[in-house]
Amino acid sequence: MKKSVFYFWLFVVMHNLSIGQPITNKVSEPKSKLFTAMLLVDEIDIPWGVAFMPNGNLLITDKKGELILFRDNKKQKIANVPTVYNRGQGGLLDVALHPNYKENGWIYFSYSSSKGEEKGGHTAILRAKLKDTSLIEKEVLYKATPNTTKGQHFGSRIVFDKEGYLYFSIGERGERDINPQDLYRDGGKIYRLHDDGTIPKDNPFVDEKNAKTAIYSYGHRNPQGLTIHPNTKEIWSHEHGPKGGDEINIIKKGGNYGWPIITYGLNYSGTKISNKTKMKGMEQPLYYWTPSIAPSGMTFVTSDKYPEWKGNLLVGSLKYQYLERLVLKNNNVIYREKILSNLGRVRAVKQAPDGYIYVAVEGKGIYKLNPK
Amino acid sequence: MKILTSIFLFFIGFSFSFSQQEPEPNLQESILKGEEIYSDFCVTCHRKKGKGFASVFPPLAKSDYLLNNRTESIKAIVYGLQGEIIVNGKAYNNTMPSQGLEPEEVADVMNYILNTWGNTSNKMVTPEEVSSLIK
Repeated sequence: MKKSVFYFWLFVVMHNLSIGQPITNKVSEPKSKLFTAMLLVDEIDIPWGVAFMPNGNLLITDKKGELILFRDNKKQKIANVPTVYNRGQGGLLDVALHPNYKENGWIYFSYSSSKGEEKGGHTAILRAKLKDTSLIEKEVLYKATPNTTKGQHFGSRIVFDKEGYLYFSIGERGERDINPQDLYRDGGKIYRLHDDGTIPKDNPFVDEKNAKTAIYSYGHRNPQGLTIHPNTKEIWSHEHGPKGGDEINIIKKGGNYGWPIITYGLNYSGTKISNKTKMKGMEQPLYYWTPSIAPSGMTFVTSDKYPEWKGNLLVGSLKYQYLERLVLKNNNVIYREKILSNLGRVRAVKQAPDGYIYVAVEGKGIYKLNPK
Repeated sequence: MKILTSIFLFFIGFSFSFSQQEPEPNLQESILKGEEIYSDFCVTCHRKKGKGFASVFPPLAKSDYLLNNRTESIKAIVYGLQGEIIVNGKAYNNTMPSQGLEPEEVADVMNYILNTWGNTSNKMVTPEEVSSLIK
């Protein structure tokens, strides 16, 4: 009897070790407060994305379709922003500057657009320039099809890598059994383009006839965190899973991240989606959150302003209303901590060129973390 | 005569109680469509059983706010809702975005949440009622 208990225990331990996930999913309270959170830009309903301009100004998207320029401590509404399909989780979503913004002035946006034949909307990527307080030279670089009236999973994070490639995510638009595993359909993918919207010749599926050749990786549910690792330069992403299946992934060219064939999560009703958590030819997450935190926005801390946090990953939690700090060791999460508890739903987090961390909180605005 | 009257009253009462238990067919249909809207737009925050989540997302099941503030609830779905509200004695201070639903869809999802998880409402929400609240 005792022996069988021991073997069961051994099995559990080995099993947990083998899937590379800690047995506990503990998230700790901070031991000491290393910063004060200053509300820099106030009164924004849903600040979805934020970009930092070389002159110190901020560009902030509000989901409902407004673009705000913050300069001289004042908010200025920008004119001529793209018309958004404001339904469910859609709206004016992320904003990012071109790596050579100083020279070329290009600003990139993701938003839900109803452009096209069918009723509904889908995610679009657009670039434009800012002249005074208006957007000019708007160019749509990508528009996912077909439109749908579903309200979920537009994805929409944008990031540039060090070579100047443009990456963005599009969620599966509430069609998990149709979109994520199909290379001929948009949704449930991470995409890669040149900065002008053309498709790189070495994208993984360029030789696949009729495939969406902008696809870089697939099998995603709804990725709303995308950032570049400061040392390895790899693309890191996180995505909203179903109940208990939010994931962090390192994005490989042509990789299949498994949704909905493999998942660690359940349906919202608690029923099973799949019996499988792993399968040959499909990538395993670096980490998965159980329970889900509803992650949005992500950044690595590299600056000297927060020496205790250097190399850590920061992720916003929409569900638990805090900013999560994850300490990594050899690509394993070894410690999780809640910071900024109970300010509101954390939608985005970025380290700005000035080295400070800025956090976008729903119903509040943009906070700056000032070290003590 | 007295007997006839009481039989008559019995049947009136019976059909009345019957109609209260079984919603009219078009209400039933609206509730079914509303369930679909709910699982598309609302379930992520308000959860499958309408219980909400912690102090972040208020409950809809047995929610005094929902059941006593019909107009405000419709408007919250149409326009979104911000700032503090009190639900079953507990304060919630958050941002619910406008969902961009058509009046018919708002009516359907209202009928679903007003008639599920133990909630009951004796007046069906119609698309016309929703439209009349939109400026």
